[in-house]
Amino acid sequence: MSEEIKVDKVMDLKGLPCPMPILKVTKGIKEVEIGQVVEVWSTDPGSINDFPSWARTRGHEILKTDQNGKVTKFYIKRLV
Amino acid sequence: MQNIEAQIEDLRSQIAAIDKKIPSDKISMIVFSGDMDKVLAAFVIATGAVAMGMEVVMFFTFWGTPILRDKKKKVGGKDTMAKMFGAMLPKGSCEVKLSKMNMGGMGTAMMKSLMKKKNVASLDKMIEMAQEFGVQIYVCEMSMDLMGFKREEMIDYSNMSYCGVATFLEQAKDSKIQLFI
Repeated sequence: MSEEIKVDKVMDLKGLPCPMPILKVTKGIKEVEIGQVVEVWSTDPGSINDFPSWARTRGHEILKTDQNGKVTKFYIKRLV
Repeated sequence: MQNIEAQIEDLRSQIAAIDKKIPSDKISMIVFSGDMDKVLAAFVIATGAVAMGMEVVMFFTFWGTPILRDKKKKVGGKDTMAKMFGAMLPKGSCEVKLSKMNMGGMGTAMMKSLMKKKNVASLDKMIEMAQEFGVQIYVCEMSMDLMGFKREEMIDYSNMSYCGVATFLEQAKDSKIQLFI
C-alpha cells in the first residue's frame, strides 16, 4: 500500500533536456511553502540521477520517484 | 582562570583565521574559448551551479570576449586594426562556430537546427538564463583593449563588469571549483 502524497504544485517539464529541468525546478520549488510538495514530470533521462543530486545538495527530500515509460515523476518536498 | 580565558581568546582568533581560508560555495570559470560548443558547456555548468546553490563568476578573456558583443550595436571611432578584429571575430553568440565539424559553417548550422529540434537551449537563451540566475560576468579589460572592442558594443547584461587578472584570482582563491574553458 503506497501512501497518498499531497501535491501542492505540478511542473510539467516533459521534452526539456539538461540543464532546463534542474533550472526550472530550482525556481519552481520557491513557489511553494516549506514542507509542501512539488510533483515534477521529466522525460530527460539525465534527471533520474540529476534530481537526487540536486535535492541532496539543496537539502530537499525526494519522497517518491515513479518511472512510467519515458516519463519520470518526482515528488519533491521543500525542506529549506 | 585568566590562563583559560587567554587560551579561549587564542583559539577564537585561530578559528577566525581558518575560517578565512575555507573557500566559499563558489565556482570561478575562465571562458577563454570562442567555440560555440565549449561556451555552451560553460553556460550549462554556470546555470546548473546556481541551481545547486552555488555562487558563479565567469571571466571572459581572449576568444571568449567577442561572444559578449551585441549584434545590434554599432560603434564608431575605431582604428584600422580594431575595425579588422571587429569584422573578423564573431559578433555575438549567434555567430560563434563549433570547435569541430564546422565544415565552412554547415556543421554549425546543422547543429543549431538539431538543437532546436531537440529543444536544447541555444547559447543566446543560456546567456539569458545566466542573467536571470544572477551569474556574475567579468570581461578581461586587456582583451577588450587588444581587440579594440568598446564597452558600448557589449550586450546588456545586468551583472557584467570589466576587470584584470587580480579580480579573477581573488575570486578563484575563494572558490571551491575553478574551471578553464
